[in-house]
Amino acid sequence: MTAEADHAALIRLFHVHRHFHATRALTDITLDFYRNEFLFVTGPSGAGKTTLLKLLYRGEVASQGQILVDGMNLARIPRKKIHLLRRKFGIIFQDYKLIPTRTVYENVALVLEAAGRKSDYIRKKVQSVLRIVGMDKRQDTLPPNLSGGEQQRVAVARAVVGDPTIILADEPTGSLDAESAGLIIKLLKTFHTRGATVIVATHDRELIRSIPGRIIYLQEGRLTSAPTV
Amino acid sequence: MLKRHLRRALQDMRSNRMLSLVTISTFALSILIVSSAMLFFVNMGDIMDGWRQGIRVMAYLQEGLNATDRSTLKVRMESLYGVQQADFVPKAQALERLRTQMGRQTSILDNLDSNPLPDAFEIQMIAASQSWDKVEQLATALEKLEGVSEVEYGQRWIKRIINIFNLFQLTGTVMGALFFMAAVFIVGNTVRLVLYSRREEVEIMRLVGATEQFILAPFYFQSLIQAALGGIIGLAALFMMYMLIQSRITTDMATAFFQPRFLSPLTLLGIVGCGMLVGWLGCHLSVKQYVKA
Repeated sequence: MTAEADHAALIRLFHVHRHFHATRALTDITLDFYRNEFLFVTGPSGAGKTTLLKLLYRGEVASQGQILVDGMNLARIPRKKIHLLRRKFGIIFQDYKLIPTRTVYENVALVLEAAGRKSDYIRKKVQSVLRIVGMDKRQDTLPPNLSGGEQQRVAVARAVVGDPTIILADEPTGSLDAESAGLIIKLLKTFHTRGATVIVATHDRELIRSIPGRIIYLQEGRLTSAPTV
Repeated sequence: MLKRHLRRALQDMRSNRMLSLVTISTFALSILIVSSAMLFFVNMGDIMDGWRQGIRVMAYLQEGLNATDRSTLKVRMESLYGVQQADFVPKAQALERLRTQMGRQTSILDNLDSNPLPDAFEIQMIAASQSWDKVEQLATALEKLEGVSEVEYGQRWIKRIINIFNLFQLTGTVMGALFFMAAVFIVGNTVRLVLYSRREEVEIMRLVGATEQFILAPFYFQSLIQAALGGIIGLAALFMMYMLIQSRITTDMATAFFQPRFLSPLTLLGIVGCGMLVGWLGCHLSVKQYVKA
């Protein structure tokens, strides 16, 4: 690792382990993620990709080792301050995780409301992001009335509306048709160009080929140099 | 932010109409029962005060006392502790008073050969010494005076009623406490059910960086609104009941010694405030449990 790269490291993992009782989900992961890079975490199902992402936003806690995110030591963040960590991330889930009883607009606006932004700012920002993802015409629709591709676009809008430093995407094209997947890839590229660090966990070879970026391979919870794609 | 929480709380109440209705009804019923008891005690208290202030001690005199004896007795009575004034009531005046009190049924008095009533002294007590113990002490002291045949302070039975009233008051307080505890429990359960039904939403909010305060504030608002609504409904029901009863009292009963009154605006505010406090407490207990889990 060069001194320059070290300086730019946004996320650092030192000998991180994560196990659930006897099952070892991740073993001895030491890894840096750099500012404004586009990075793929890939590997077969059950390799630990989702677990690795969850560790970054403290969706799970490392059993051993240290994780630093933008200078924050995750092991030392008190429960009451986790929201400050989470605001650095925009997370896109494979199952979208949209609130079914709230409209498209409300789902996206939630991020800014939670951050205590003013109503005028929220309205302008949400509408602008919804326009970018092509969902501005459906802002009053409830998520169950949207297609999978549309729901994922709303999830992307929600992930980026708070201008996060890091965008995490867990299998963002996993359950989408080719056209919708292409649109999501385009959107991820757009937000990366605007300065975000994008980390995508995927086993979608098409997605990995479509965007130039660093690739991290995971196999049975360990980093491996052997490409699996 | 406050507006957002309030809007969210109202949205939640709309989506969980049945639960909200149950909570509001429970509050209304609890407030109605507790405030009914309060209204009863306030009015009973007024009656008791009226009785207490009206305590007259009558010292009936033996036959054959002359004017000198009576004036000596007056001086001795007025020197006793707690006596403000002792007024002589001649037997003729006593009979006249009785005649006035009996109204239309005075014919029974017209047939009397002689006045059967004794001369008496009517003793007024100093306001500050009108406790039952003092009255009893005074009666004993008066009875010991030479020339006094009997002492009467008519409302001896009031003491027993006051004891019963005090017992009621204690029972009412315990009942009130029990109802409030039940309300805390019900609000707590409602909030727990709503939190449970929205656990995914709460989790998503946490993932997008919402603070616990942001997530949980609407639940507090919801509980406060439900408690306030329940309180207002309960008190409105009480007021209607009061108006109904009051109209009966004024037509059917003599009200010279008792003017029924409703709870003061400050008391009403206090009741609604207490209800809201109970709502907040119920919510807080559930939320605390949920956050820990």
